[in-house]
Amino acid sequence: MSVFDGLKFRRVNSLIHNLDPRIKFVYVIGVFIATLLFLQIIPLLALFVLQLPFVFLARVQRQWLRSLRGAAFLASFIFLINIATNFFVGGYTLTPEVVESAAAMTLRFVVLVESFSVFFLTTSPDHLGLALEQSRVPYEFAFAFTTAVRFVPVLAEEAQTIMDAQKARGLELEKGNLLKRIRNYIPVLIPLIVSAIRRSLELAEAMESRAWGACKRRTNLYRLCLHRGDYVLLGITVAILAGAIYTYFFVSIPTIVNLL
Amino acid sequence: MIEAKNVHYSYPSKIEALRGISLTIRDGEFVAIMGQNGAGKSTFVKHFNGLLKPSRGTVKVDGVETGKSSVAALARNVGFVFQNPDHQLFSESVEEEIGFALKNFGFEAKVIEDRITWALDLLSLSQYRKTSPFLLSGGERKRVALASVLAWDPKTLVLDEPTIGQDYEQKEKLRQFIMQLQTQGKTVVVVTHDVEFVAECNPRVVLMKDGKIVADGQGQQILTDPAMLELASIVLPQIAQVFAKLSVLGLPKNIIDIQEAKTVLLRAKEKRGQ
Repeated sequence: MSVFDGLKFRRVNSLIHNLDPRIKFVYVIGVFIATLLFLQIIPLLALFVLQLPFVFLARVQRQWLRSLRGAAFLASFIFLINIATNFFVGGYTLTPEVVESAAAMTLRFVVLVESFSVFFLTTSPDHLGLALEQSRVPYEFAFAFTTAVRFVPVLAEEAQTIMDAQKARGLELEKGNLLKRIRNYIPVLIPLIVSAIRRSLELAEAMESRAWGACKRRTNLYRLCLHRGDYVLLGITVAILAGAIYTYFFVSIPTIVNLL
Repeated sequence: MIEAKNVHYSYPSKIEALRGISLTIRDGEFVAIMGQNGAGKSTFVKHFNGLLKPSRGTVKVDGVETGKSSVAALARNVGFVFQNPDHQLFSESVEEEIGFALKNFGFEAKVIEDRITWALDLLSLSQYRKTSPFLLSGGERKRVALASVLAWDPKTLVLDEPTIGQDYEQKEKLRQFIMQLQTQGKTVVVVTHDVEFVAECNPRVVLMKDGKIVADGQGQQILTDPAMLELASIVLPQIAQVFAKLSVLGLPKNIIDIQEAKTVLLRAKEKRGQ
């Protein structure tokens, strides 16, 4: 469950935590787009390194590392699949280029995890809901979204209990080959999904009995407004995007294999 | 036999849930572990089948140290029924649900078939054999969960909060059922808040508070000790409350059983008549 730990918000008073969630989200989307532009390893590495200052400024290194460790399994999976398809489709040869492109695809995934992890680690669910509402997202959707985010740790805990319950009935999750191992998770996933659905129905009833949605125009006690730091981050985002687009169209990016 | 020696356990979040617990549960004993929320009851019993391994100290089940054995191997002898049946039901039919553990433990097909029939019969679930467990009522789901553990006939049975969400009739059935297991020489460990249930069963009671054992003794003795119960945030069983209020009559206070209460009261009445 370490993946979830790496996305769980922790209250820390830092420069990054105090930024406006809307701008932080724009930044994440900016990095997201920039990441998807490239298939080469060098610009992706640059994007990876560019985000490190944020991690350190927010003082969430440890949690962030944990989220990366959680993503390691999927990352290695992506790497292997890329190598394998290139190997079988490309005539059964393993060239350095193939390895490099697989590494680039993996790094792309890692950069995405990195940016989302920083965002979720430093943005409280309350702020997130507020940001959505003040961006004119209908309250129903904003609420659904924040509730989903808030229930992630609850579900993670529940998943642990379910795993314990099935292990107590002799289920061995780590046994067998890859396919068998995936099948091992069925007894965990079904109760998890069923109880999530049940929980959501109960939540809906509880909310309706407390007059949810009774008044159409809601106001908030707190209002978000932009400060200097937010404009700086907006500037950084624009710069990253502009740089990425410029590089994409006008710079021919060398591969590491070429450089060596 | 379950032997816990100076068991300490801290969760990864650094919360120290158990702070030095030593307890021996002999074969065939019936033990109720009580205490307020967060006292460490569930954490403690999860050591019996190796779901948790002690940070310090040892837990031995029939001489095997749990720290050195897998959950699957330990679970064969220690059946653990979780509080919420919805945390384990996943099969398309009750029959498959009960067969799940049996398959995991590598029983033969013929034996599995027999055991399923036996367990269904034991908990009066036979008519639901082909039904989806998700269509059953809460109490029935709880019984399916129990049946799915009993099916492999473990030597020791751990029940986490078995009476929650059960009506009185089901509780009474559960009590009789535990007594029946007792006559077969099974060890039964129950984690519960339900004082009335424990009072009716009168097992050995272990009181926990803040990760430590604060009292250990026969139910009748522990459940009628107001000071001890207050320490663990538990109230006296109703019968004991009545006898505590009747202290002016000079009646004994350590009574938790209805039959015994009746006898004592009748005797007191006779005395007055004389």
